[in-house]
Amino acid sequence: MSPPPTASALREQQAYVAAQAADARVNVELDTGDMTLNIGPQHPATHGTLRIACQLDGEQVISAEPLMGYMHRGYEKLCEVRTYPQCTTLINRIDWLGSFANEVPFILAAEQLMGVEAPPRAQWIRTILFELSRIANVSLFLGDMGVQVGALTPVFFAFRDRERVLNQIEEVTGGRFHPNFDRIGGLKDDIPRGWIAETHAVMAKMRGFCDEMEDLLMGNEIFQTRCRSVGVIPGDVALSYGLSGANLRASGVDWDLRRDANPGLAWDQVDWRVWTHPDGDSFARYWVRLQETREATKIVDQLLDGIPSGPIMAKVPRIIKVPAGEAYVSTENPLGEMGYYVVSKGGLGPFRVKIRTPSFSNISVVPWVMRGTYVPDIITILGSLYFILGDIDR
Amino acid sequence: MADGTGDERPDDQMGDEAREALAAELSELLGDAVVESHVEAGQNLWLRVDIEQWHAATTALRDAGFAYFGFLSAIDWTDAPEGRYEDTEFDAAGAGEDDDASSATAEETVRRGGGETRFQLLAQLHSPARHAAVLIKADVPEADGAPASVPSIIDIFSGADWHEREAHEMFGLVFNGHPNLEHIYLPTEFEGHPLRKDFPLLARAVKPWPGVVDIEEIPPELEAQLEAEVMAEFEASGAGA
Repeated sequence: MSPPPTASALREQQAYVAAQAADARVNVELDTGDMTLNIGPQHPATHGTLRIACQLDGEQVISAEPLMGYMHRGYEKLCEVRTYPQCTTLINRIDWLGSFANEVPFILAAEQLMGVEAPPRAQWIRTILFELSRIANVSLFLGDMGVQVGALTPVFFAFRDRERVLNQIEEVTGGRFHPNFDRIGGLKDDIPRGWIAETHAVMAKMRGFCDEMEDLLMGNEIFQTRCRSVGVIPGDVALSYGLSGANLRASGVDWDLRRDANPGLAWDQVDWRVWTHPDGDSFARYWVRLQETREATKIVDQLLDGIPSGPIMAKVPRIIKVPAGEAYVSTENPLGEMGYYVVSKGGLGPFRVKIRTPSFSNISVVPWVMRGTYVPDIITILGSLYFILGDIDR
Repeated sequence: MADGTGDERPDDQMGDEAREALAAELSELLGDAVVESHVEAGQNLWLRVDIEQWHAATTALRDAGFAYFGFLSAIDWTDAPEGRYEDTEFDAAGAGEDDDASSATAEETVRRGGGETRFQLLAQLHSPARHAAVLIKADVPEADGAPASVPSIIDIFSGADWHEREAHEMFGLVFNGHPNLEHIYLPTEFEGHPLRKDFPLLARAVKPWPGVVDIEEIPPELEAQLEAEVMAEFEASGAGA
């Protein structure tokens, strides 16, 4: 047993306690209401360089304002000084994970103005490549969402399996990420021999990947706790903000441009369905994307079996002059509605191109959805909204 | 989805009659706000509304079911050579025989839904229930060389916020009632409005366009020959059967 403390030791201890109490009072009086947390511009969850300035009250977000422009390349201006075939090179680099899908609406808009229609075979191969881009793009999200909640394994699986899809795209187009393969009036080239069987095998593998993700992530309790009821976006808010793609369908709105406004590709020739989820939370967005990836593999499988024979290019002049007029064509891209409003004055290049990108609208809901959430949820919500910076900044 | 109705144009799920009917219906709904409507067969429906009634017309469309915001932007119609940065070769190659016609009539055929001002406001609204979309336009009048301010529709469609900010920085349009009309992409201190046609693209001014060599005119006899080759290939592959 220790001896009783001396008087001086006791005084020392009392002074220490008093100092602690004073410190504590100071801490209580510290103003934490206006803390600013700066996320980005470099952050793994931003898929590029997006900065989010958050005002925090303790752990709670008062406001979150995305600040972008770090990657603004001015494509709308650059398209004005290029010919139509040259524009697709730029357009490839908007959503760099699903590049082929970027080209299609622009080409369709130009074709609409010219009154040219691609032959059926070209339309089918276009649709196949479009859906392959979707699978390549969204499969990365399916793995990446795990990283946002601390599960590192899924993203490696995603990179492994996405490579198979990219290989298939490369075999046809020669490019893994930037195919630049779509032409006004058709496609640059036909598919190589043996490609159909290979692609069938890859689609089976991708369905396996989806099952794997379902087992690994969606059933996981931590994943569910982090994502369920987090970042809820009701349907009417989603419509008002112009959300599109899986973000919209996860809010219970049954709207898919592939079905509702098919601009002339082969989606109406095969049997598939649109998936929606009523919850509108991060989990619903993951769930819808997973189902869509699976659905896309089925679409590709059916399309592969039914590619019509015939030419892959319509008859178009060597020098492409697009008649004067305006056209807007949008398609359901991996990230949502991507559309090109093309104004032509009859020259070799477009007079004005307005690029309506899905991520720009999708991410504009961030200030609304982030209010009142907690700091760790910022990342999961951002991750589940799924954007590509090139698609926001253009 | 796989209904297999063969004759129907796949890109025209709405149909031109339905589009005409919708144009008539919306013109009636919006009353005198509609200046002109335009239906392009198999494509889209344009409505040009009075700029004074831009807000009212958008509200009416939202209440009529067009509650899904697509995008909002603007067009600068100046036919400025500065737009090409004196790339005369480009323009020479681009100028076809049809450009010899009076430019006034050409201009009218270009603009869907008409209009004559330099700046036009443009927005797209979807109606998920009716599987329809409408493009609405409005002429922005100019005063003292600057576009007059236009009403903001941010209170109707929250998503218009960023689109209006973008149109503000790129075209210099001023949206009345927008709470935070600041640059969205460009630095705060940036001067000028890049998507205006009189804003020079410096890269083009410094270095001539390398692509211009690709689009020089082919000699007429060679073009005929190429045309014949393409046509022969096209027919050999069994198209047009």
